[in-house]
Amino acid sequence: MSTLEKNDSMPTMGAIRIEDVVKVYDPDGAAVMAVDHCSIDIPAGEICMIVGPSGCGKTTLLNTIAGFHGLTSGHIYLDGEILCGPGQEKAEPGSDRIVVFQNGALFPWKTNLENIAFGPMMEGKLSKDEIYEKARKMMVDAGLEGTENAYPGEVSSGLRRRVEIVRALMNEPKVLLFDEPYRALDSLTKSVMHEALLEIYYKNKVTIFFITHDLEEAIFLGHRLIIMSSRPCKPKKIVEVDIPHPRDYSVLTSPRFREIMNEAKGVVNEEARKAFEAGEKEG
Amino acid sequence: MSQSNATMNLTMYRISSWLKSPKPYLMFIGFGFVLSFWYFSVEVWKLPRFQDMPALTEVIEEWFSKDPYYGLSIYTPEYYKHIGISLRRIAYAFFLATALGVPLGLFLGWSQKLREYIFPLFELLRPIPVLAWVPLAIIMFSGSETPVIFLTFLASFFATTLNTMLGVESIDEEYSRAAYCLGASRWQTFVHVVVPGAMPFIFTGLQISIGVAWFSLVAGEMVSGQYGLGYIINTAYIMVQYSQIIIGMITLGLFGYITSALVRVAGDYMMQWRVRELALGGD
Amino acid sequence: MNIKKLLGKFSGRAALRGVFAIVVFIAIWEFGARSLDLIGWRVPFVGLIPPPSSVLTTWSNLIMEPSYWQSWYMSFLRVFTGFIVAMIVGIPLGLYMAINRTFYGLAFPSFEILRPIPPLAWVPASIIFWPTQEMSIAFVTFLGAFYTIVINVLGGARSINRQYLQAAQSMGASQWDIFRRIVLPATLPSIVVGSAVGMGITWEVVVAAEMISGGGSGGGASGGLGFFIWSSYVGGSYEQIIVGMISIGIAGYFSSELLRKLGGRFTPWLKTR
Repeated sequence: MSTLEKNDSMPTMGAIRIEDVVKVYDPDGAAVMAVDHCSIDIPAGEICMIVGPSGCGKTTLLNTIAGFHGLTSGHIYLDGEILCGPGQEKAEPGSDRIVVFQNGALFPWKTNLENIAFGPMMEGKLSKDEIYEKARKMMVDAGLEGTENAYPGEVSSGLRRRVEIVRALMNEPKVLLFDEPYRALDSLTKSVMHEALLEIYYKNKVTIFFITHDLEEAIFLGHRLIIMSSRPCKPKKIVEVDIPHPRDYSVLTSPRFREIMNEAKGVVNEEARKAFEAGEKEG
Repeated sequence: MSQSNATMNLTMYRISSWLKSPKPYLMFIGFGFVLSFWYFSVEVWKLPRFQDMPALTEVIEEWFSKDPYYGLSIYTPEYYKHIGISLRRIAYAFFLATALGVPLGLFLGWSQKLREYIFPLFELLRPIPVLAWVPLAIIMFSGSETPVIFLTFLASFFATTLNTMLGVESIDEEYSRAAYCLGASRWQTFVHVVVPGAMPFIFTGLQISIGVAWFSLVAGEMVSGQYGLGYIINTAYIMVQYSQIIIGMITLGLFGYITSALVRVAGDYMMQWRVRELALGGD
Repeated sequence: MNIKKLLGKFSGRAALRGVFAIVVFIAIWEFGARSLDLIGWRVPFVGLIPPPSSVLTTWSNLIMEPSYWQSWYMSFLRVFTGFIVAMIVGIPLGLYMAINRTFYGLAFPSFEILRPIPPLAWVPASIIFWPTQEMSIAFVTFLGAFYTIVINVLGGARSINRQYLQAAQSMGASQWDIFRRIVLPATLPSIVVGSAVGMGITWEVVVAAEMISGGGSGGGASGGLGFFIWSSYVGGSYEQIIVGMISIGIAGYFSSELLRKLGGRFTPWLKTR
């Protein structure tokens, strides 16, 4: 159940269904369960925020959806088709589910424009001119005009994140997987990033699977919060964020925002304390 | 255009701030100390051990005289002939080693399978000191040039391959993951991520490689060559022309440094993105 | 080092592949070296060298000879002497250069100017200077390892996170304390790496020096594996050349491994990854 409004502007693709997924690691013979019978249903176009303490296994879940490793048991479906399951434990990474990484994975040796054009260039279906024209247009739309020929190492981290998101969007993915992308940014830049992300979302409705440990970020952006327990991770509580979209920063001080914060905070703190006491190293 | 401008500005800035610091003065004081120690110990105090050593004044006289006593100074064509021959040998060996070593290193780093096959063999051959190959090289290759070049090549080759391989292994996994997400095939990822990503490491390796090349070249020339700087040093010793030894050594040091700097500059040129990134303090 | 794990390493698929490639290599070598007898045509290059089978035979005879092991001993002695002196001089020098800016400014440029001169180029100068041949070889060996160790120590010491130093200071540590408890341990990994690489270079230099002083200017030097190889060449016993080569390879590999293991003991915190 979600507060996503079912209207014509919502996409019909990009629904993820995680069914009873278990992931067990086996480094040096000591079996470590990272994900414990996790089941989540994400409708198409939803911004689903995965909140939990560091090291609990949320990134592992994301990696399984993305196809970077396989699962031990369970199924994951994308729009009804199976992504991975018994017999095919590892999905193939692909441009229908693109990841935006924690430390950013823009190629430092390519300019911003070349980075953005990367996906379609690899695919080879359009001509180079067509691709670059589209890339330039998307950069203008995202407010990145003027930085086309700069290298990622020359611009601010905030800008780099935006370029990375645009790079992902060039491929018209069904799902965007965010792995704590704003963790390393200061909170001022973060709030700008949040609004920028929502703007981008309103123009390109994709499903967003967003991992974070920042509760404020989660409530501001998401339709729904799924609060995970400490390792091994399992959904502990689901919080609906029924604040209507489109949102802007004034939302942050609204009474409803506070109520939701209160609802969520208790649970999050409890899990964080458990992780802290267990001395878990961050994933 | 603006690329070389950036490098120029950076270089000018570096030079001017260097001049303003105490560094150049300390440097010259340091040189002065070493040189005066040499001068005093041999010519003035005539310390026991140092008596037979060639004197600083003698060496300088010889090196810069129009009609040198022993035959080699900056005015004699022979001097340049020997330099040229050593440089030529280095060039052949180094470029061959790079042309073979870089691709091999790249593939070894990239393909687990290939590495499992080839790396043990590689590691078995590598510890054998290059000089130990001298007799074998003389037996296998006819002529006097080829063995020397072979030895130099061998040393360079091992260093380059190893460093390139390590370079590939040091690339952050997230870059290749990002590429896969964006729809790149394995080969495309190799070309667009692995090769550029390994470049900084490759160039560090190449600087090591050229140092090693000089090392082996000198050894080879001393043992079995005719002409070349190593040959000069050895002959000068046999013919008791000690000042020539020093001239040979200094020339070696000079050209060793120049060639290494050339490699570094070539690297900077090919990796503009890195130069710019480092100039802005990295991130 | 778990025995079970060690055995496991050697029977996995990866190990089999490695062994396969080595076997193929030896087979090609054997065939090429015997090519004149086998197919009536001498394969270029490889056809001129002795085949592994005769190398093996020669080797099994050699290990009975004390003079063979004497060569091992001489080379090892030279390597370790030169190496230890290089450590004793190089580590303090590197550390001091890292701590003291003025000293660095004075000493480093001269150091850098001398560094590109290959250690072997110093051999004649060294022979003139030092009274005995042994000492001249030791000096050159020392030089080889010295440069590497200093550079590595410098690099390691200079990249110590400033905040470690600040933390120590704010906890009231004295200069000596900071040096002993922070600078030294933090530089240890670089010292270990520098040593392992330096060890490899030392072997190169020792072998070279043994060959040169044995083969060039009157063979006074008593043995050593480099000399062994050279005299085998001069004496025409080509199989021994290869035996010598492989022996040195093994010796060099073991020295480096020994250093790495020793280094690992001193830096236990690096094992946790």
